[in-house]
Amino acid sequence: MSGPGSSCIEPGPPLWLLAELTYRCPLQCPYCSNPLDFARHGEELSTAQWIEVFRQARELGAAQLGFSGGEPLVRQDLTELIRAARGMGYYTNLITSGIGLSEARIAEFAAAGLDHIQVSFQAADEEVNNLLAGSDKAFAQKLAMARAVKAHGYPMVLNFVTHRHNIDHIERIIELCLELEADFVELATCQFYGWAELNRAGLLPTRAQLERAERITNEWREKLAARKHPCKLIFVTPDYYEERPKACMGGWGSLFLDIAPDGTALPCHSAKMLPVQFPNVREHSLRHIWFDSFGFNRFRGDDWLPEPCRSCDEKDRDFGGCRCQAFLLTGDAEATDPVCGKSAHHGLILDARRQAEEAPRGLDELVQRNVRASQIICKG
Amino acid sequence: MSETTLNDIPQLRRGFRLQWEPAQNCHVLLYPEGMVKLNDSAAAILGQVDGDRSIAAIVAALRERFPKAEDIETDVLEFLEVARERSWIELH
Repeated sequence: MSGPGSSCIEPGPPLWLLAELTYRCPLQCPYCSNPLDFARHGEELSTAQWIEVFRQARELGAAQLGFSGGEPLVRQDLTELIRAARGMGYYTNLITSGIGLSEARIAEFAAAGLDHIQVSFQAADEEVNNLLAGSDKAFAQKLAMARAVKAHGYPMVLNFVTHRHNIDHIERIIELCLELEADFVELATCQFYGWAELNRAGLLPTRAQLERAERITNEWREKLAARKHPCKLIFVTPDYYEERPKACMGGWGSLFLDIAPDGTALPCHSAKMLPVQFPNVREHSLRHIWFDSFGFNRFRGDDWLPEPCRSCDEKDRDFGGCRCQAFLLTGDAEATDPVCGKSAHHGLILDARRQAEEAPRGLDELVQRNVRASQIICKG
Repeated sequence: MSETTLNDIPQLRRGFRLQWEPAQNCHVLLYPEGMVKLNDSAAAILGQVDGDRSIAAIVAALRERFPKAEDIETDVLEFLEVARERSWIELH
């Protein structure tokens, strides 16, 4: 993309590297952000290939590294990857469901220099958690591992993906996080990509549910501040109830570099679904990928913006919104994100809100994320 | 609200790390899933925080390093108060 205007400006370094080590996962969360066709993705990068990715990204300026997946714990070389990354000066984050974790592995990761562990929960009560996770042992294991993470002195982020079937228990969720001594709590309302988009009618909360949850979260923030409690509550609203789109990933190819299990380099973890050719680290250097590849330049700057974004005075704030959401909802990756009240397709968002009020799907109707479902949905 | 005083001993919270980043040409404070760019004076102050030295000792060290700077004590107290409010440091 060349031409006048902001697209000429050289992008800054990719400060954040997300290493999606594998799509394998013992859980089956119906809002998983992995692609629907994860089951047909190619071979995972080897230990040496991952370490080379870390080296090149660090050289470009990446400082935060997230080990994610799937479930990163299924990689038997995780300790080796942590040690290599920490040795390069990364701040290393393990983003895990806690399934596959043990006291011994926590100690091993600590010795390798792991900086932080984020444990995700599906709900604050055992039954709903296990139903969502598709595992009847998940909740007890998560509790035990969250306690073990703190016992080893790690800072801990607890992540709860919230949706219409658990958001009314937000107070219990916050209380559980405080009991577990979380340093940060992410109360992240489902974002509708991948499996969550497939299950949207069963996940999107109503506006009343959302407003109540946000009010309770704010009350807890005040309580914690008054007690000088160090725990921070982070509340992520779903953009389906906004009138302006989010500045997705802080701008396309601007801060964030995601490497999928097979080595595909992406500007965000759901971008693989876009009709855009993305480069692979097996074939290109990260320097080429970040600065010169077609995929990473596809939506940089504002030359590509359609109306009403092009003449909008907020375009520098939200960059036209999320490309994946625009493509999922309109079939056009260049369209204005329909979340925007100025979008010609905003009616799709209003329809989804109405469906949340009038015709939601039950917990038992959610499609669980597993290999079989992936193969059925994405045939061929 | 308790006031930050010269006798307090600041310490970076577990999981927080101060680091020079050549690509950003500045010091950053790294923490779980986050990063803050620091200006020179913030980096100079946090660089003295080791969990042993009191704020008074930090002020003395910075005075020695920057003999021409004015009002270092006020700057240090104000910055560390902000750092505490943001839970970057603990005071003992």
